[in-house]
Amino acid sequence: SSNGSGGPRRLSRALPFGRSHGRLGVSSSGRLIVPAPSSQEKADPQKTAFLLRKAWTLYSVTPLYRFRRGRLRDYARLLGAFIAAEKQKGLAVEVGVELDIKVALSSLADLRGSELDQDALLVQLSSRSQASSKNSEDKVVWSGWFCSVFGDDLSENVPEHFTCLPLFLTHGAESYTSLVGSWFQKTFDCCFRRLAISPLNLSWMVAMWAGCKLDRAASAVELVFSVPRLAQPLDISYAIHPEDAKALWDTVQKTPGEITQEEVDVFMDCLYAHFHRHFKIHLSAAKLVKVSTGIASAQCDGIVKILHSQYLPGVLMLLTELAISQIQ
Amino acid sequence: MAVLRPFDKLPTLNSGILLLVGPDEALQQRLSETILQEKRDFNINVHLATSLPLPPERDHLRPRIDLIVFMIDIKSKYSLKKVERSLAHVDASFFLGKVCFLVTGVGRVNACSVEMNAVCKLGEAYCSPVLFCELELEDTRVATAQRLVRMLRICAGHIPGVSALSFVSLMRKSDDD
Repeated sequence: SSNGSGGPRRLSRALPFGRSHGRLGVSSSGRLIVPAPSSQEKADPQKTAFLLRKAWTLYSVTPLYRFRRGRLRDYARLLGAFIAAEKQKGLAVEVGVELDIKVALSSLADLRGSELDQDALLVQLSSRSQASSKNSEDKVVWSGWFCSVFGDDLSENVPEHFTCLPLFLTHGAESYTSLVGSWFQKTFDCCFRRLAISPLNLSWMVAMWAGCKLDRAASAVELVFSVPRLAQPLDISYAIHPEDAKALWDTVQKTPGEITQEEVDVFMDCLYAHFHRHFKIHLSAAKLVKVSTGIASAQCDGIVKILHSQYLPGVLMLLTELAISQIQ
Repeated sequence: MAVLRPFDKLPTLNSGILLLVGPDEALQQRLSETILQEKRDFNINVHLATSLPLPPERDHLRPRIDLIVFMIDIKSKYSLKKVERSLAHVDASFFLGKVCFLVTGVGRVNACSVEMNAVCKLGEAYCSPVLFCELELEDTRVATAQRLVRMLRICAGHIPGVSALSFVSLMRKSDDD
Protein backbone atom coordinates (compact mmCIF):
# COMPACT_ATOMS: atom_id res chain seq x y z
CA SER A 1 0.00 0.00 0.00
CA SER A 2 2.94 2.36 -0.14
CA ASN A 3 5.77 3.17 -2.46
CA GLY A 4 8.59 3.24 0.01
CA SER A 5 11.76 3.57 -1.99
CA GLY A 6 10.39 5.49 -4.94
CA GLY A 7 8.81 8.94 -4.98
CA PRO A 8 6.28 9.97 -2.38
CA ARG A 9 3.50 10.32 -4.90
CA ARG A 10 1.16 7.98 -3.09
CA LEU A 11 0.68 8.68 0.56
CA SER A 12 0.08 5.70 2.75
CA ARG A 13 -1.99 5.73 5.87
CA ALA A 14 -1.86 2.02 6.54
CA LEU A 15 -2.36 0.93 10.11
CA PRO A 16 0.12 -1.67 11.23
CA PHE A 17 -1.49 -4.94 12.25
CA GLY A 18 -5.01 -4.29 11.29
CA ARG A 19 -7.26 -2.39 9.01
CA SER A 20 -10.44 -0.57 9.83
CA HIS A 21 -12.68 -3.52 9.04
CA GLY A 22 -12.41 -5.98 11.88
CA ARG A 23 -10.09 -8.87 11.42
CA LEU A 24 -9.19 -11.40 14.09
CA GLY A 25 -10.60 -8.91 16.54
CA VAL A 26 -8.49 -6.03 15.30
CA SER A 27 -10.65 -2.92 15.34
CA SER A 28 -9.88 0.49 13.94
CA SER A 29 -8.38 1.49 17.27
CA GLY A 30 -5.54 -0.92 16.53
CA ARG A 31 -6.24 -3.70 18.97
CA LEU A 32 -4.69 -7.10 18.35
CA ILE A 33 -5.83 -10.44 19.68
CA VAL A 34 -2.89 -12.75 20.20
CA PRO A 35 -3.44 -16.48 19.66
CA ALA A 36 -2.53 -18.62 22.65
CA PRO A 37 0.74 -20.56 22.35
CA SER A 38 0.10 -23.73 20.39
CA SER A 39 -0.34 -26.95 22.30
CA GLN A 40 2.20 -29.56 21.40
CA GLU A 41 -0.27 -32.24 20.30
CA LYS A 42 -1.50 -30.34 17.32
CA ALA A 43 1.81 -29.51 15.70
CA ASP A 44 4.70 -31.91 15.34
CA PRO A 45 7.71 -29.93 16.58
CA GLN A 46 10.09 -32.12 14.60
CA LYS A 47 8.63 -31.00 11.30
CA THR A 48 8.95 -27.33 12.15
CA ALA A 49 12.27 -27.56 14.00
CA PHE A 50 14.20 -26.62 10.86
CA LEU A 51 12.49 -23.22 10.90
CA LEU A 52 13.96 -22.21 14.22
CA ARG A 53 17.22 -20.38 14.84
CA LYS A 54 17.75 -19.48 11.18
CA ALA A 55 17.78 -15.98 9.74
CA TRP A 56 14.90 -15.82 7.24
CA THR A 57 14.61 -13.05 4.67
CA LEU A 58 11.01 -11.96 4.21
CA TYR A 59 9.04 -11.26 1.05
CA SER A 60 5.40 -10.58 0.33
CA VAL A 61 3.84 -12.61 -2.48
CA THR A 62 0.67 -11.91 -4.41
CA PRO A 63 -1.72 -14.85 -4.86
CA LEU A 64 -0.53 -17.69 -7.12
CA TYR A 65 -2.66 -18.39 -10.18
CA ARG A 66 -3.57 -22.02 -10.94
CA PHE A 67 -1.25 -23.57 -8.41
CA ARG A 68 -2.11 -27.26 -8.00
CA ARG A 69 -1.15 -29.00 -4.80
CA GLY A 70 -1.13 -32.36 -6.56
CA ARG A 71 1.54 -31.36 -9.06
CA LEU A 72 4.39 -30.72 -6.64
CA ARG A 73 6.66 -33.33 -8.26
CA ASP A 74 6.12 -31.80 -11.68
CA TYR A 75 6.84 -28.32 -10.37
CA ALA A 76 10.02 -29.57 -8.71
CA ARG A 77 11.17 -31.07 -11.97
CA LEU A 78 10.38 -27.92 -13.94
CA LEU A 79 12.11 -25.69 -11.42
CA GLY A 80 15.16 -27.95 -11.45
CA ALA A 81 15.29 -27.75 -15.23
CA PHE A 82 14.91 -23.98 -15.11
CA ILE A 83 17.81 -23.63 -12.68
CA ALA A 84 20.01 -25.90 -14.79
CA ALA A 85 19.14 -23.91 -17.89
CA GLU A 86 19.97 -20.62 -16.21
CA LYS A 87 23.30 -22.04 -15.12
CA GLN A 88 23.97 -23.07 -18.69
CA LYS A 89 23.29 -19.52 -19.78
CA GLY A 90 26.19 -18.49 -17.64
CA LEU A 91 24.43 -17.09 -14.60
CA ALA A 92 26.98 -18.30 -12.08
CA VAL A 93 25.28 -19.28 -8.87
CA GLU A 94 28.24 -20.65 -7.05
CA VAL A 95 31.79 -19.72 -7.82
CA GLY A 96 34.16 -22.64 -8.09
CA VAL A 97 32.53 -25.97 -7.36
CA GLU A 98 30.19 -27.34 -10.02
CA LEU A 99 27.01 -28.31 -8.24
CA ASP A 100 24.09 -30.41 -9.36
CA ILE A 101 20.99 -28.82 -7.92
CA LYS A 102 18.08 -31.01 -6.89
CA VAL A 103 14.74 -29.42 -6.14
CA ALA A 104 12.18 -30.71 -3.62
CA LEU A 105 8.72 -29.24 -3.04
CA SER A 106 6.58 -30.31 -0.12
CA SER A 107 3.55 -29.22 1.83
CA LEU A 108 3.61 -28.42 5.52
CA ALA A 109 0.19 -28.94 7.02
CA ASP A 110 1.15 -27.69 10.48
CA LEU A 111 1.89 -24.12 9.55
CA ARG A 112 -1.52 -22.56 9.18
CA GLY A 113 -3.89 -20.66 11.39
CA SER A 114 -7.49 -20.62 10.26
CA GLU A 115 -9.63 -22.86 8.05
CA LEU A 116 -9.12 -20.51 5.12
CA ASP A 117 -5.34 -20.74 5.26
CA GLN A 118 -3.59 -22.91 2.71
CA ASP A 119 -0.96 -25.42 3.78
CA ALA A 120 2.53 -23.98 3.73
CA LEU A 121 4.74 -24.85 0.77
CA LEU A 122 8.41 -25.68 1.27
CA VAL A 123 10.99 -25.42 -1.51
CA GLN A 124 14.42 -26.89 -0.91
CA LEU A 125 17.44 -26.83 -3.18
CA SER A 126 20.03 -29.43 -2.32
CA SER A 127 23.29 -30.26 -3.96
CA ARG A 128 25.45 -33.24 -4.40
CA SER A 129 28.92 -32.29 -5.38
CA GLN A 130 30.01 -34.25 -8.46
CA ALA A 131 33.33 -35.00 -6.85
CA SER A 132 31.86 -36.84 -3.85
CA SER A 133 30.67 -40.43 -3.79
CA LYS A 134 27.16 -41.49 -4.74
CA ASN A 135 26.19 -42.39 -1.17
CA SER A 136 26.99 -39.02 0.32
CA GLU A 137 24.15 -36.98 1.81
CA ASP A 138 22.56 -34.19 -0.15
CA LYS A 139 23.34 -30.86 1.38
CA VAL A 140 20.56 -28.31 1.49
CA VAL A 141 21.99 -25.14 -0.01
CA TRP A 142 18.83 -23.05 -0.07
CA SER A 143 15.36 -23.25 1.44
CA GLY A 144 12.29 -21.12 1.05
CA TRP A 145 8.73 -21.50 2.21
CA PHE A 146 5.42 -19.87 1.45
CA CYS A 147 2.85 -19.67 4.21
CA SER A 148 -0.28 -18.00 5.43
CA VAL A 149 -1.24 -17.89 9.12
CA PHE A 150 -4.61 -16.22 9.71
CA GLY A 151 -4.38 -14.57 6.33
CA ASP A 152 -8.17 -14.54 6.07
CA ASP A 153 -8.31 -10.95 4.98
CA LEU A 154 -6.65 -11.89 1.72
CA SER A 155 -8.07 -15.42 1.34
CA GLU A 156 -11.67 -14.28 1.79
CA ASN A 157 -11.66 -11.91 -1.14
CA VAL A 158 -9.61 -13.85 -3.64
CA PRO A 159 -11.23 -15.06 -6.89
CA GLU A 160 -11.26 -18.68 -8.03
CA HIS A 161 -8.08 -20.48 -9.10
CA PHE A 162 -5.90 -18.32 -6.87
CA THR A 163 -3.89 -19.68 -3.94
CA CYS A 164 -3.05 -17.25 -1.17
CA LEU A 165 0.31 -17.72 0.52
CA PRO A 166 1.35 -14.11 1.09
CA LEU A 167 4.45 -14.69 3.21
CA PHE A 168 7.66 -16.01 1.67
CA LEU A 169 10.74 -16.73 3.81
CA THR A 170 14.14 -17.62 2.37
CA HIS A 171 17.45 -18.81 3.74
CA GLY A 172 20.46 -19.14 1.49
CA ALA A 173 22.22 -17.38 -1.34
CA GLU A 174 20.46 -14.41 -2.90
CA SER A 175 21.19 -15.79 -6.38
CA TYR A 176 19.08 -18.88 -5.70
CA THR A 177 16.32 -16.73 -4.25
CA SER A 178 16.09 -14.71 -7.44
CA LEU A 179 16.12 -17.88 -9.58
CA VAL A 180 13.31 -19.50 -7.59
CA GLY A 181 11.44 -16.20 -7.47
CA SER A 182 11.60 -15.64 -11.22
CA TRP A 183 10.39 -19.19 -11.90
CA PHE A 184 7.40 -18.73 -9.60
CA GLN A 185 6.67 -15.34 -11.13
CA LYS A 186 6.71 -16.78 -14.63
CA THR A 187 4.74 -19.91 -13.77
CA PHE A 188 2.07 -18.54 -11.44
CA ASP A 189 1.95 -14.85 -12.44
CA CYS A 190 2.69 -13.61 -8.94
CA CYS A 191 4.83 -10.77 -7.67
CA PHE A 192 7.51 -10.82 -4.96
CA ARG A 193 8.54 -7.81 -2.92
CA ARG A 194 11.02 -7.54 -0.10
CA LEU A 195 9.13 -6.98 3.13
CA ALA A 196 10.32 -4.00 5.13
CA ILE A 197 9.39 -3.64 8.80
CA SER A 198 8.86 -0.09 10.02
CA PRO A 199 10.01 1.07 13.48
CA LEU A 200 6.34 1.26 14.45
CA ASN A 201 5.85 -2.43 13.63
CA LEU A 202 9.10 -3.37 15.34
CA SER A 203 7.90 -1.69 18.53
CA TRP A 204 4.70 -3.77 18.36
CA MET A 205 6.79 -6.90 18.02
CA VAL A 206 9.08 -6.16 20.93
CA ALA A 207 6.14 -5.27 23.18
CA MET A 208 4.31 -8.48 22.29
CA TRP A 209 7.31 -10.77 22.50
CA ALA A 210 8.77 -9.25 25.69
CA GLY A 211 5.47 -10.01 27.37
CA CYS A 212 5.49 -13.69 26.50
CA LYS A 213 6.12 -16.20 29.24
CA LEU A 214 9.21 -18.34 28.80
CA ASP A 215 9.89 -21.27 31.08
CA ARG A 216 13.65 -21.28 30.96
CA ALA A 217 16.10 -18.42 31.21
CA ALA A 218 15.66 -16.21 28.19
CA SER A 219 18.13 -13.93 26.50
CA ALA A 220 17.95 -10.19 27.05
CA VAL A 221 15.44 -7.99 25.28
CA GLU A 222 17.53 -5.88 22.96
CA LEU A 223 16.64 -2.87 20.86
CA VAL A 224 19.06 -1.43 18.32
CA PHE A 225 18.67 2.15 17.14
CA SER A 226 20.47 3.96 14.38
CA VAL A 227 20.94 7.68 14.67
CA PRO A 228 20.39 9.51 11.39
CA ARG A 229 22.27 12.42 9.93
CA LEU A 230 25.51 12.30 11.87
CA ALA A 231 28.98 12.65 10.41
CA GLN A 232 29.77 9.13 11.67
CA PRO A 233 26.81 6.74 11.74
CA LEU A 234 25.98 5.78 15.31
CA ASP A 235 24.24 2.61 16.49
CA ILE A 236 22.81 2.40 19.97
CA SER A 237 22.07 -0.98 21.50
CA TYR A 238 19.73 -1.02 24.51
CA ALA A 239 19.56 -4.32 26.37
CA ILE A 240 16.99 -5.03 29.09
CA HIS A 241 16.80 -7.99 31.43
CA PRO A 242 13.93 -10.16 30.13
CA GLU A 243 12.21 -10.37 33.52
CA ASP A 244 12.25 -6.59 33.88
CA ALA A 245 10.80 -6.20 30.41
CA LYS A 246 8.05 -8.74 31.12
CA ALA A 247 7.28 -7.07 34.49
CA LEU A 248 6.96 -3.71 32.74
CA TRP A 249 4.68 -5.15 30.07
CA ASP A 250 2.51 -6.84 32.67
CA THR A 251 1.87 -3.51 34.38
CA VAL A 252 0.98 -1.91 31.05
CA GLN A 253 -1.24 -4.57 29.47
CA LYS A 254 -4.85 -4.32 30.66
CA THR A 255 -6.52 -7.32 29.03
CA PRO A 256 -4.52 -10.52 28.65
CA GLY A 257 -4.49 -11.74 25.08
CA GLU A 258 -5.28 -8.28 23.69
CA ILE A 259 -2.88 -5.47 22.80
CA THR A 260 -3.66 -1.87 21.89
CA GLN A 261 -1.55 0.86 20.29
CA GLU A 262 -1.77 2.89 23.52
CA GLU A 263 -0.24 0.04 25.53
CA VAL A 264 2.62 -0.34 23.06
CA ASP A 265 3.21 3.44 23.23
CA VAL A 266 3.30 3.43 27.04
CA PHE A 267 5.70 0.47 27.06
CA MET A 268 8.08 2.14 24.62
CA ASP A 269 7.82 5.52 26.36
CA CYS A 270 8.86 3.90 29.66
CA LEU A 271 11.92 2.39 27.98
CA TYR A 272 12.80 5.70 26.31
CA ALA A 273 12.33 7.66 29.57
CA HIS A 274 14.55 5.25 31.48
CA PHE A 275 17.28 5.56 28.87
CA HIS A 276 16.99 9.35 28.83
CA ARG A 277 17.28 9.54 32.59
CA HIS A 278 20.63 7.74 32.47
CA PHE A 279 22.16 8.91 29.20
CA LYS A 280 20.31 12.11 28.30
CA ILE A 281 19.63 10.74 24.81
CA HIS A 282 16.15 10.80 23.28
CA LEU A 283 15.82 7.38 21.67
CA SER A 284 12.43 8.44 20.32
CA ALA A 285 14.27 10.66 17.83
CA ALA A 286 16.37 7.75 16.57
CA LYS A 287 15.30 5.00 14.21
CA LEU A 288 14.53 1.59 15.71
CA VAL A 289 16.16 -0.89 13.35
CA LYS A 290 16.29 -4.21 15.19
CA VAL A 291 14.52 -5.89 18.09
CA SER A 292 15.58 -9.10 19.75
CA THR A 293 13.85 -11.16 22.43
CA GLY A 294 13.91 -14.75 23.65
CA ILE A 295 11.00 -15.53 21.30
CA ALA A 296 12.26 -14.04 18.07
CA SER A 297 14.26 -11.21 16.56
CA ALA A 298 13.38 -8.93 13.67
CA GLN A 299 15.20 -6.33 11.60
CA CYS A 300 13.86 -3.38 9.63
CA ASP A 301 15.19 -4.75 6.33
CA GLY A 302 12.88 -7.75 6.70
CA ILE A 303 15.01 -10.43 8.34
CA VAL A 304 13.61 -12.48 11.22
CA LYS A 305 14.85 -15.30 13.39
CA ILE A 306 12.37 -17.41 15.37
CA LEU A 307 13.78 -19.07 18.45
CA HIS A 308 10.84 -20.71 20.15
CA SER A 309 8.48 -23.22 18.55
CA GLN A 310 5.71 -22.52 21.05
CA TYR A 311 5.16 -19.01 19.74
CA LEU A 312 5.72 -19.82 16.07
CA PRO A 313 2.06 -19.33 15.04
CA GLY A 314 1.91 -15.95 16.80
CA VAL A 315 5.04 -14.68 15.06
CA LEU A 316 3.92 -16.01 11.69
CA MET A 317 0.54 -14.38 12.16
CA LEU A 318 2.18 -10.97 12.61
CA LEU A 319 4.40 -11.48 9.59
CA THR A 320 1.47 -12.67 7.46
CA GLU A 321 -0.40 -9.51 8.44
CA LEU A 322 2.56 -7.35 7.40
CA ALA A 323 2.87 -9.18 4.10
CA ILE A 324 -0.82 -8.72 3.35
CA SER A 325 -0.73 -5.00 4.11
CA GLN A 326 2.23 -4.64 1.78
CA ILE A 327 0.34 -6.39 -1.01
CA GLN A 328 -2.88 -4.41 -0.66
CA MET B 1 4.46 36.09 28.66
CA ALA B 2 4.50 32.35 28.31
CA VAL B 3 1.41 31.87 26.14
CA LEU B 4 1.19 32.93 22.48
CA ARG B 5 -1.88 34.99 21.77
CA PRO B 6 -3.09 35.90 18.30
CA PHE B 7 -4.30 39.45 18.89
CA ASP B 8 -2.20 40.91 21.68
CA LYS B 9 -0.06 42.99 19.30
CA LEU B 10 -0.71 45.26 16.38
CA PRO B 11 -0.32 43.72 12.93
CA THR B 12 2.65 44.62 10.77
CA LEU B 13 1.80 46.52 7.61
CA ASN B 14 1.59 44.42 4.45
CA SER B 15 3.23 41.45 6.14
CA GLY B 16 2.56 37.89 7.11
CA ILE B 17 4.43 36.34 10.04
CA LEU B 18 4.85 32.57 10.08
CA LEU B 19 6.13 30.56 13.03
CA LEU B 20 7.50 27.06 12.41
CA VAL B 21 7.71 24.88 15.54
CA GLY B 22 9.45 21.50 15.53
CA PRO B 23 12.66 19.84 16.74
CA ASP B 24 14.22 19.33 13.30
CA GLU B 25 16.10 22.57 12.66
CA ALA B 26 17.66 21.59 9.33
CA LEU B 27 14.28 20.74 7.84
CA GLN B 28 12.76 23.97 9.15
CA GLN B 29 15.60 25.91 7.55
CA ARG B 30 15.01 24.26 4.19
CA LEU B 31 11.28 24.82 4.29
CA SER B 32 11.63 28.48 5.26
CA GLU B 33 14.11 29.07 2.43
CA THR B 34 11.64 27.56 -0.04
CA ILE B 35 8.83 29.70 1.38
CA LEU B 36 10.88 32.86 1.03
CA GLN B 37 11.62 32.05 -2.59
CA GLU B 38 7.92 32.15 -3.43
CA LYS B 39 6.74 35.08 -5.56
CA ARG B 40 4.49 37.29 -3.49
CA ASP B 41 3.27 40.83 -3.09
CA PHE B 42 3.64 41.11 0.68
CA ASN B 43 6.48 40.65 3.16
CA ILE B 44 6.89 37.29 4.79
CA ASN B 45 8.82 36.75 8.01
CA VAL B 46 9.50 33.19 9.04
CA HIS B 47 10.35 32.53 12.68
CA LEU B 48 11.82 29.19 13.69
CA ALA B 49 11.56 27.51 17.09
CA THR B 50 12.34 24.02 18.29
CA SER B 51 9.62 24.22 20.93
CA LEU B 52 7.37 26.56 22.84
CA PRO B 53 7.33 28.69 24.94
CA LEU B 54 9.42 31.23 23.06
CA PRO B 55 12.11 32.98 25.15
CA PRO B 56 10.37 35.79 27.03
CA GLU B 57 13.33 38.23 26.86
CA ARG B 58 12.76 38.97 23.19
CA ASP B 59 9.00 39.14 23.35
CA HIS B 60 8.80 42.91 22.89
CA LEU B 61 10.80 42.63 19.64
CA ARG B 62 8.62 39.90 18.22
CA PRO B 63 5.84 40.83 15.78
CA ARG B 64 2.32 39.42 15.91
CA ILE B 65 2.27 35.85 14.62
CA ASP B 66 -0.33 35.10 11.96
CA LEU B 67 0.10 31.36 11.44
CA ILE B 68 1.77 28.66 13.54
CA VAL B 69 2.88 25.50 11.75
CA PHE B 70 3.77 22.57 14.00
CA MET B 71 6.12 20.21 12.18
CA ILE B 72 5.91 16.51 13.03
CA ASP B 73 8.31 14.04 11.44
CA ILE B 74 6.72 10.59 11.15
CA LYS B 75 10.18 9.10 11.50
CA SER B 76 10.56 10.59 14.96
CA LYS B 77 8.26 9.94 17.92
CA TYR B 78 10.23 12.61 19.71
CA SER B 79 8.97 15.31 17.35
CA LEU B 80 5.36 14.35 18.11
CA LYS B 81 6.03 14.51 21.86
CA LYS B 82 7.74 17.89 21.56
CA VAL B 83 4.88 19.33 19.52
CA GLU B 84 2.29 17.99 21.98
CA ARG B 85 4.11 19.68 24.85
CA SER B 86 4.40 22.95 22.94
CA LEU B 87 0.67 23.06 22.26
CA ALA B 88 0.03 23.93 25.90
CA HIS B 89 1.77 27.25 25.36
CA VAL B 90 -0.60 28.46 22.67
CA ASP B 91 -3.73 30.36 23.58
CA ALA B 92 -7.01 28.67 22.65
CA SER B 93 -8.04 31.47 20.30
CA PHE B 94 -5.12 30.63 18.05
CA PHE B 95 -6.85 27.39 17.17
CA LEU B 96 -9.51 29.23 15.18
CA GLY B 97 -7.73 28.57 11.91
CA LYS B 98 -4.32 30.06 12.72
CA VAL B 99 -2.62 26.75 13.52
CA CYS B 100 -1.85 23.83 11.27
CA PHE B 101 0.06 20.58 11.65
CA LEU B 102 2.58 19.66 8.99
CA VAL B 103 3.49 15.97 8.91
CA THR B 104 6.77 15.43 7.08
CA GLY B 105 8.59 12.36 5.85
CA VAL B 106 5.48 10.60 4.55
CA GLY B 107 7.32 9.36 1.48
CA ARG B 108 9.06 6.81 3.66
CA VAL B 109 6.29 4.83 5.34
CA ASN B 110 8.76 2.00 5.95
CA ALA B 111 10.64 4.27 8.36
CA CYS B 112 7.46 5.33 10.16
CA SER B 113 7.68 5.59 13.96
CA VAL B 114 4.53 7.61 14.54
CA GLU B 115 1.06 6.15 14.24
CA MET B 116 -1.00 8.07 11.66
CA ASN B 117 -4.13 7.69 13.74
CA ALA B 118 -2.49 9.59 16.60
CA VAL B 119 -1.64 12.53 14.32
CA CYS B 120 -5.12 12.69 12.80
CA LYS B 121 -6.65 12.57 16.29
CA LEU B 122 -4.38 15.45 17.30
CA GLY B 123 -5.66 17.50 14.37
CA GLU B 124 -9.25 16.74 15.33
CA ALA B 125 -8.68 17.53 19.00
CA TYR B 126 -7.22 20.94 18.16
CA CYS B 127 -9.59 21.70 15.25
CA SER B 128 -6.67 22.35 12.96
CA PRO B 129 -5.84 21.04 9.49
CA VAL B 130 -3.21 18.34 9.14
CA LEU B 131 -1.08 18.56 5.99
CA PHE B 132 1.05 15.64 4.84
CA CYS B 133 4.18 16.28 2.82
CA GLU B 134 7.67 15.11 1.96
CA LEU B 135 10.15 17.94 2.30
CA GLU B 136 13.18 16.02 1.06
CA LEU B 137 11.95 16.30 -2.52
CA GLU B 138 11.96 19.69 -4.16
CA ASP B 139 8.61 19.41 -5.96
CA THR B 140 6.56 18.64 -2.89
CA ARG B 141 8.55 21.11 -0.83
CA VAL B 142 7.68 23.88 -3.29
CA ALA B 143 4.03 22.78 -3.36
CA THR B 144 3.89 22.76 0.44
CA ALA B 145 5.50 26.21 0.58
CA GLN B 146 2.88 27.53 -1.85
CA ARG B 147 0.09 26.09 0.26
CA LEU B 148 1.49 27.65 3.41
CA VAL B 149 1.92 31.05 1.74
CA ARG B 150 -1.72 30.94 0.64
CA MET B 151 -2.83 30.03 4.16
CA LEU B 152 -0.60 32.76 5.61
CA ARG B 153 -2.12 35.35 3.31
CA ILE B 154 -5.60 34.46 4.61
CA CYS B 155 -4.50 34.34 8.25
CA ALA B 156 -2.82 37.75 7.95
CA GLY B 157 -6.11 39.14 6.68
CA HIS B 158 -4.94 40.07 3.16
CA ILE B 159 -7.86 38.36 1.40
CA PRO B 160 -11.04 40.40 1.79
CA GLY B 161 -14.06 38.34 2.79
CA VAL B 162 -12.06 35.27 3.82
CA SER B 163 -10.78 34.89 7.36
CA ALA B 164 -8.84 32.17 9.14
CA LEU B 165 -12.16 30.89 10.53
CA SER B 166 -12.88 29.47 7.07
CA PHE B 167 -10.27 26.77 7.68
CA VAL B 168 -12.22 25.52 10.67
CA SER B 169 -15.42 25.19 8.67
CA LEU B 170 -13.56 23.25 5.99
CA MET B 171 -12.42 20.67 8.53
CA ARG B 172 -14.94 18.01 7.56
CA LYS B 173 -13.79 14.41 7.43
CA SER B 174 -13.55 13.45 3.75
CA ASP B 175 -13.61 9.71 4.31
CA ASP B 176 -16.34 9.06 6.82
CA ASP B 177 -16.49 5.27 7.03
